[in-house]
Amino acid sequence: MNDNPPPVLEMRNIVKRFPGVLANDHVNLKLHPGEVLALLGENGAGKSTLMNVLVGLYRPEEGEVYARGEQVDIGSPNDAAALGIGMVHQNFKLVPTMTVAENVILGMNGLPFRPNMDEIVECIREIARHYNMPVDPKAYIWQLSVGEQQRVEILKLIYRGAEILILDEPTAVLTPQEARDLNRVLQVMIDEGKSAIFITHKMDEVMAFSDRVCVLQHGRVVATKYTAETNPQELATLMVGREVLFRLDKAPSQPGDPMLEMRDVHAKNNKGLPALQGISFTIRRGEVLGIAGVAGNGQRELAEVVTGLRPVTQGHIQIEGQERTNRQPLDFIKAGVSHIPADRIGMGAVGNMPVSDNISMKGYRQSPMAEKGILRPRQMLRFAREMIKRFEIATPTPATRIKFLSGGNIQKAILAREIDACKGLLVAVYPSRGLDVGATEAVRRRILEQREQGRAVLLISEDLDELFSVADRIAVLYEGRVMGVVPAEEASIDQLGLMMAGSPAEEIDVPTARVMEEV
Amino acid sequence: MTEFLRLLTSVLTITLQAGTSLTYATLGEIYTERSGILNLGLEGMMLMGAVTAFATTYYTDLPWLGVLVAIIVGAAMAAIHAFLSVTMRANQVVSGLSITLFGGGLASFLGQRLGPEAHSGRLAGLVAERFRPILIPFLSEVPVLGALFRQDILTYLMYLLIPLAWYYMYKTRNGLNLRAVGEAPRTADAMGIDVIKTRYLYTIFGGMLTGLGGAHLSLAYAPGWTENITGGRGWIVIALVIFSMWNPARAILGAILFGGINAVQFRLQTAGARIPASYLNMLPYLLTIVVLVVMTWWESLSHLVGAPAALGQAYMREDK
Repeated sequence: MNDNPPPVLEMRNIVKRFPGVLANDHVNLKLHPGEVLALLGENGAGKSTLMNVLVGLYRPEEGEVYARGEQVDIGSPNDAAALGIGMVHQNFKLVPTMTVAENVILGMNGLPFRPNMDEIVECIREIARHYNMPVDPKAYIWQLSVGEQQRVEILKLIYRGAEILILDEPTAVLTPQEARDLNRVLQVMIDEGKSAIFITHKMDEVMAFSDRVCVLQHGRVVATKYTAETNPQELATLMVGREVLFRLDKAPSQPGDPMLEMRDVHAKNNKGLPALQGISFTIRRGEVLGIAGVAGNGQRELAEVVTGLRPVTQGHIQIEGQERTNRQPLDFIKAGVSHIPADRIGMGAVGNMPVSDNISMKGYRQSPMAEKGILRPRQMLRFAREMIKRFEIATPTPATRIKFLSGGNIQKAILAREIDACKGLLVAVYPSRGLDVGATEAVRRRILEQREQGRAVLLISEDLDELFSVADRIAVLYEGRVMGVVPAEEASIDQLGLMMAGSPAEEIDVPTARVMEEV
Repeated sequence: MTEFLRLLTSVLTITLQAGTSLTYATLGEIYTERSGILNLGLEGMMLMGAVTAFATTYYTDLPWLGVLVAIIVGAAMAAIHAFLSVTMRANQVVSGLSITLFGGGLASFLGQRLGPEAHSGRLAGLVAERFRPILIPFLSEVPVLGALFRQDILTYLMYLLIPLAWYYMYKTRNGLNLRAVGEAPRTADAMGIDVIKTRYLYTIFGGMLTGLGGAHLSLAYAPGWTENITGGRGWIVIALVIFSMWNPARAILGAILFGGINAVQFRLQTAGARIPASYLNMLPYLLTIVVLVVMTWWESLSHLVGAPAALGQAYMREDK
């Protein structure tokens, strides 16, 4: 690679650990002047962590950072600012109860004791005019839209004289129109000689705006390419990282009656933004429908809607032909829906309660574990012992608090409870996330077992191997919409990768049209 | 008519006297809470300020030295709270309550030991040098408003401190940084503000003002030491901070309101009102409850009023 002119920024062998996680594993990165570098990778690949190291929020355990050829020690955001490095974080760093101008100067060094706000306001207006980014410097942040807030973040960087801009998934919260405006502003800044790194998992943005792309996977750089010399297909494979798939032996599915029917379901996320935008699909008894997609595209909301935990704003949910839209979670449980949540300790189990109580937490409503509302501890214990044996849960005693078990054994306990109670539909969200090979295998076998026994399974997973080996059909979720549904045997990782990046199935050569109509 | 004006003047005079210690502690707690730290140790810190200020003055005849000692004691106790809640990230409510219990007990103990042997070690009942009212010539003669100019030096100092505290909070860079730390510590950190340092600084600063408030009780308002001299003022201050909506300029309003109730109650009692004294004594505390209800209701209606968003929350940068 031609190193002339020298990089404005270089990271060498950066290692950053969090308890139990290796977030960055000897990462090397270079940024040349006037260049836009895309940092591509799945959620949890270590992109944001790496950038937080660069702005001094995280201290790396190993590695060096060079700015304009000289080794630097970035111990705080102030150090980064002094080097002209500025970052727009994914969660904006703004104080809602303060004005735009106050936020722009917040924490800046070299201001007088009493800042001249009129002068600052005028200066911000000037910058806003120059870059054609209308913002009222005297408005309060809480009054602004998300798009406007992002403009404030960018104004902040410009005001502080940042020469190296870091943008963490800048378009994730923007409308397409706002995203175009953002890119126009960025282009102006690049033309003025600034450099930028932007984090994304969207292939089209990489192709459209970057000069080079660096692909991160599980904290490691797996490839660095000139954008002009690569293509979305190759990037998708690099990002997801698996070409060789292994498939479990499983009998062909014999779909029975429809168990779960979703018709044009809409729902909002916790921030009140649309998370599901017209989801329709059917799962039949004896069938596993897998949901693929980059995390944050509506998976969580989908699981919550199907288990009655999140209200539906539009559309219908039917279970075995019965209308269940916006019913209480208990109605869903009674209708035969079981749930293996993504958050094991938070939602799936009560960490401080014994394994036995956690296992009987669903059956305790009926005899024999309770009679007339009075619990029968001996029956509960007997049931728990049986489950511990059947599901091979490694626990010192049934009375051990469940939080002291390993992730795999907690998951097995939750599985035991949910599978025993499952009468029709099993909703499993990231069921093998973070588990070792053995536990993963056990979990997948149990899910397939449910399918053999004529239950319907909704399997939400970020692990494509898991989807290929367990699911019968795979639906790809992107921005709250189903991009397409593919039979697992006929799907390829490239096709799924493209769909996960937002290309509808119709635009790709995928054997889906037939299946979709059937749905 | 002149009789009525005289009465009004005297009520207002007592109001300001009674309100001074409240105002100091309120200003201090506003600064502490603006940094995101809730300090419920005020009662204990005021008691300790009062007892140490009085004892120092008794032995040295130097009330200013008493004030200085009270400020140092307040700072030291606040530093314990800061260490527990900022560094150890302990529960701030529990830490604050312990400081109140600890301070109350220790102040009572010192009150029985610090006195001269001839007085069997007790401070109660002793007389020492104190801050006397300083009448400002001419101004103090004005009816009603003259009350403002018949105060002791610590009250005059309070007049100065309120606008300064407001100016610092809203017009200076440091004030901006302080407010950001209490509203959004994560953001403040990313903008290069030292969250830990800021929280320590303003928790200790708040403790200094609270100690000073305690000193005013034993050196000016009710000169001398009596058990529980604060009478729950430290708790009223918690409500006053809410009442002032965390704005230093409004700290005086709450103090006048509560000081006023004290004064009126005092007047009514000396005038031989038929209402039992216990009911009158209850008034300030009843009002505290009313203030809390009204302010909470108002807060839910208005967008700008409100506690610092991160009040009571510990902060750690690499918390994922």
